[in-house]
Parts: sequence; C-alpha cells; structure tokens
Amino acid sequence: MTSLPPLAQKQLGLVIDLDTCVGCHACAVNCKEWNTGGTSGPLTDLDPYGADAAGVWFNRIHSFEAGEGDASRTVHFPKSCLHCAEPACVTVCPTGASYKRAEDGIVLINPETCIGCKLCSWACPYGAREYDYDGGTMKKCTLCIDRIYNENLEEIDRVPACVSTCPASARHFGDLGDPESKVSKLVAERGGFDLMPEMGYKPTNKYLPPRQRQNSSGCTGASALPVVEQSADGLLGWLDRILSR
Amino acid sequence: MHPAFSVIIFTVASGAGYGLLFVLALLVAFGALTPSFWTGFIGFGIAFALFTLGLLSSFLHLGRPERAWRAFSQWRSSWLSREGVLAVVTYLPAGLLALLFTFFDAARGVLVVLGLLSAICAVVTVIATGMIYRSLKPIRAWYNSYVVPAYLVLGLATGLLLANALALVFAPAVATTLQFASCLALLVAALTKFLYWRYIDTMPAFSTAESATGLGHLGKVRLFEAPHTQENYLNKEMGFRIARKHAAKLRLIALVGGWLAPAVLVLFSLLLPASPALVLATIAIVLGLTGTLVERWLFFAEAKHAVTLYYGGSSV
Ligand code: SF4
Ligand code: SF4
Ligand code: SF4
Repeated sequence: MTSLPPLAQKQLGLVIDLDTCVGCHACAVNCKEWNTGGTSGPLTDLDPYGADAAGVWFNRIHSFEAGEGDASRTVHFPKSCLHCAEPACVTVCPTGASYKRAEDGIVLINPETCIGCKLCSWACPYGAREYDYDGGTMKKCTLCIDRIYNENLEEIDRVPACVSTCPASARHFGDLGDPESKVSKLVAERGGFDLMPEMGYKPTNKYLPPRQRQNSSGCTGASALPVVEQSADGLLGWLDRILSR
Repeated sequence: MHPAFSVIIFTVASGAGYGLLFVLALLVAFGALTPSFWTGFIGFGIAFALFTLGLLSSFLHLGRPERAWRAFSQWRSSWLSREGVLAVVTYLPAGLLALLFTFFDAARGVLVVLGLLSAICAVVTVIATGMIYRSLKPIRAWYNSYVVPAYLVLGLATGLLLANALALVFAPAVATTLQFASCLALLVAALTKFLYWRYIDTMPAFSTAESATGLGHLGKVRLFEAPHTQENYLNKEMGFRIARKHAAKLRLIALVGGWLAPAVLVLFSLLLPASPALVLATIAIVLGLTGTLVERWLFFAEAKHAVTLYYGGSSV
C-alpha cells in the first residue's frame, strides 16, 4: 500500500554529526558489505574492476566547502535515506512496492513487487534511491532492519552497520519520535536540522551542524617554553660563529 | 533529467492517439461522422495504434516489464497507477464505439453515449499522464501548472492534425471545421509552451546547495569532493545537462517548425482542392509530431532535479 500510514509514535532514524565526521567512507563500505548480503541485496556492481566501475550503494559520503578564506570549512557529508515522515517516494509508487512501515516509520522497497519504473527515485529530492540495472528494481537504505531487530545478534550489535562502524561516532541511531530518547536530546542540544525542509518531506534523520570554530588553542595551564638565550661564548657561541661565516 | 527514448515516444504517441480518439469520438457523438467502415477502420485504427504503441513503449522503460500488471493497484495515491488504470478503462468505451461505428449500424443514442464517454476518458487519461510529472516536487520545471495544459493541448493539436488529414479523405463535410480547429490548437500549443519556457527561465530558485546541506550559515556552499569517481545511477538519470544555446535552438525548432509552420500549412490548404490539401495536411502531421517529439525531449533535458545540488549544482 503506497498511501502513507498514520504517523506512528516510533520514528526510527539516524542523527549524523557533521562536526565529527572525518569523511573516511567507513560507514559507506560497511553498509555495502552488510547489505549486499541482506534483505535488499545484492548491491550489484557493474564492471567492478574496470575503468567504469559503478554500482548500488545505500550511503554516499559527499564533501563540501562552505564560506570563504580563513573562515571557510570543509564539511564531510554522509547521506543515506532520511526515512521521511511524508515521503513522495512512497505515494508515487504505482505498485505498492515502495512503502513506509506503520510501526516504526522505516521506508522500504519490496524487491518482489517493484517493477523498476524509477518514479520513486525521481520523487526523492535527496538522491537516496539507486536503481539496480542488473536486477531491474530500485534499492535503498533499509535502516538495517535485518540488524536492528536481529535476535541472533548481541544486543549491542543491534544497530545499523554504518553506525556500528563509524570510527568518529558521527552516526547515532534511535527513536526520533520519542522526545526523551538519547538521539532526540542530542538533536535538541546541538540544534539538529532537516535537509531541504522546503520540500515538505519532513525527514526523520537529522544533521548536527559543525561546531563553532576555535582559532586559539585556549589555555591549557602549561607555561610557555623558555626561549634559549644566545650566548657569545662556549660551544654554542663557537657554533654560531662557524655557521654564520 | 535523462530524456529516455521510451518515455518520449510513450507520451507523444499516446498524446496524439488520445487526441485523435477525442476528436473522432466527439464527431461521432455530435453526428458529424456517419458510420462507415473505412472511416472507422482507418480513423479509430490509427488512434488505437498510437496509444497502444505508447503504452507498449512505456513498458520498455520498466526494469521488470513482466510485473507491469502490479502498477494498476495503487490508484489511490499514485498518478502513474491512475494513468495505467485510465488507459485500460478507455479501451472499453472506445473499443465499443470503434466496433459499433465501423462494423454495425448502431443506434444514434448508443453512439452518443459511447462517444461522450470515450472523449472524457481520453482527456482524463492525458491529464493523468501530465500529473505524473506535475506532482514531482524535486523537479521544479515539472512541478507547475503549465505542465498538464501543455500535455492536453499538444495531444489535442497532434490528434487534430491526424483527424484533419483523415477528414480530407473520408469526411470532406467536416474538413474545414477540423482545419480551423487544428490551426487554433497549434497556436494555443505554441503559446502554452512559450509561456512555460518563459516561466522556467525566470522561476526563482526553490532549493540551493545551502538548503540541501544546511550549511548556509557558514557561507556559500560548494562541492569539494564527490562521493564517487565514476557516474552512478543518480548522475546518469538526473544529472543530464543541456547547453542553454542548444536548448534555445531546439525551442525555436519546435515552436516555428513544429507548431507555427503546420498551422500555416493547414490554413493555406483551406484554399486548395482536396488532393493538394491532403499533401499539405500530411506534411503538417510530420512537422507537428516531430516538433512535439523535440518539445518532449526538451521537457526532460531542461528539467533539473534537486539531487544535483549534492553533485555540484548551486540552485534548482
Ligand atoms: S530520503 Fe528519499 S527515499 Fe528516503 S524516505 Fe525521504 S524521499 Fe524517500
Ligand atoms: S521503481 Fe519500484 S519501488 Fe520505485 S516507484 Fe517504481 S515500482 Fe515503486
Ligand atoms: S542504516 Fe544500514 S542500510 Fe542505511 S545507510 Fe546505514 S548501514 Fe546502510
């Protein structure tokens, strides 16, 4: 059913910290690794070792530059499906293959019923859907449903692959529908924001802005190193005389 | 947006097919065409061939065409699904109308009802085609109120050009009316697209690299490093770019060669006897369809998708 379900209390999603992301692409690689064998796999690669390698990825790491001169910043910018609250990628689907789950808000594609019309990818402003030219169906981030509810995994591992792998802890997973959850508090505290709010898709995933830049190292309490006085005699004096000849 | 050949053929052929069906059905409903084998066979035959060709061509666009039947299920929310349902529904009254008109001497009342129903179905189906594009917010060149009228009037104009040539052969009584009507439709089509192009050239930016990244407070945002070295699906499907000067030329070709020139030809053919008029009418069909194909190619090629903001675009 591609009509949207009534908005559930639970809105699972990611919070991505643009301050700490170092742009290492580890999350993208682990996403690919986990999901190519997951419910939406395979994440087909075409010509993987050739000159024109291309393939399906659910998570892509862009890097942007913002501002000018001294004040400019380089910001690494991971982007996967935002599991929007009002996503047209779901309502435009003619088959019902693209759907939003009523129980936790996750947006998924049924690989058995997708006809590969590509309309949903046109309807997503964020570029979160990639077509599998080989399988003829659309694919996208599943929020790792086969991990987060997976009873075979240790409880600590029941988080998305990208979250578990991030070496900078720039990705957080949780219930953004619950204002008391850790992720919701993090968003409130750090001023998390929506991408392209003007589209009206109401993304569930939030982005945390880069922190204010610091131009001094601040006071560490240690005293400055003493400057070595030049002396006219002794070994240093002799060296100085030799070298400045 | 990548101008996919299958989708261009689909929309142009089905537009012309439904346009012709609309004109024939109305002529039958108002008693301007009397049932006859050849009029029905050739006239309805061409209309059915065109929109059926369109539908088949749209299947080619699918990754899994064997599952196409599933597309009829989500008419509650999806314009693509509605378009599919309406296209199939249209076959019922139109098929009956064509059969009764061509092979049987059906009662007037029946033809009136079927004619009106077929005409309505044709219009509603083309509206649904236009709405598929018109409802996509990330593509501002499509998300505006010029799109559906343009689909309608271009379908009507190309349909009328076909009807016009048919009338010269099979129904001279309505030929003059159709000649005037096709001129008018071509002029309205040219005007609609002219206004559309002016609109997309001057529309204010809706989204920017700043709003796409939320980094505007830091200053101007530009792409530093793309996420991948080779093109991915998004670049291929949505990253299509056309040089402004090429677009301007193609617009002119569609406007002058595709709509104004055939309008002049048809107007001129009013002064001529049937057979030279038919030659002009045929040239007008070729010009009109070619111009509309060019227009449809541009409709895709000129449309910028919001995802380009993540790949170096600064505004859409
Ligand atoms: S990010 Fe795109 S694919 Fe994901 S829910 Fe939103 S609109 Fe749909
Ligand atoms: S590509 Fe598949 S999931 Fe997307 S709209 Fe078409 S049928 Fe639905
Ligand atoms: S949640 Fe899972 S599928 Fe989505 S980007 Fe992260 S690893 Fe990939």
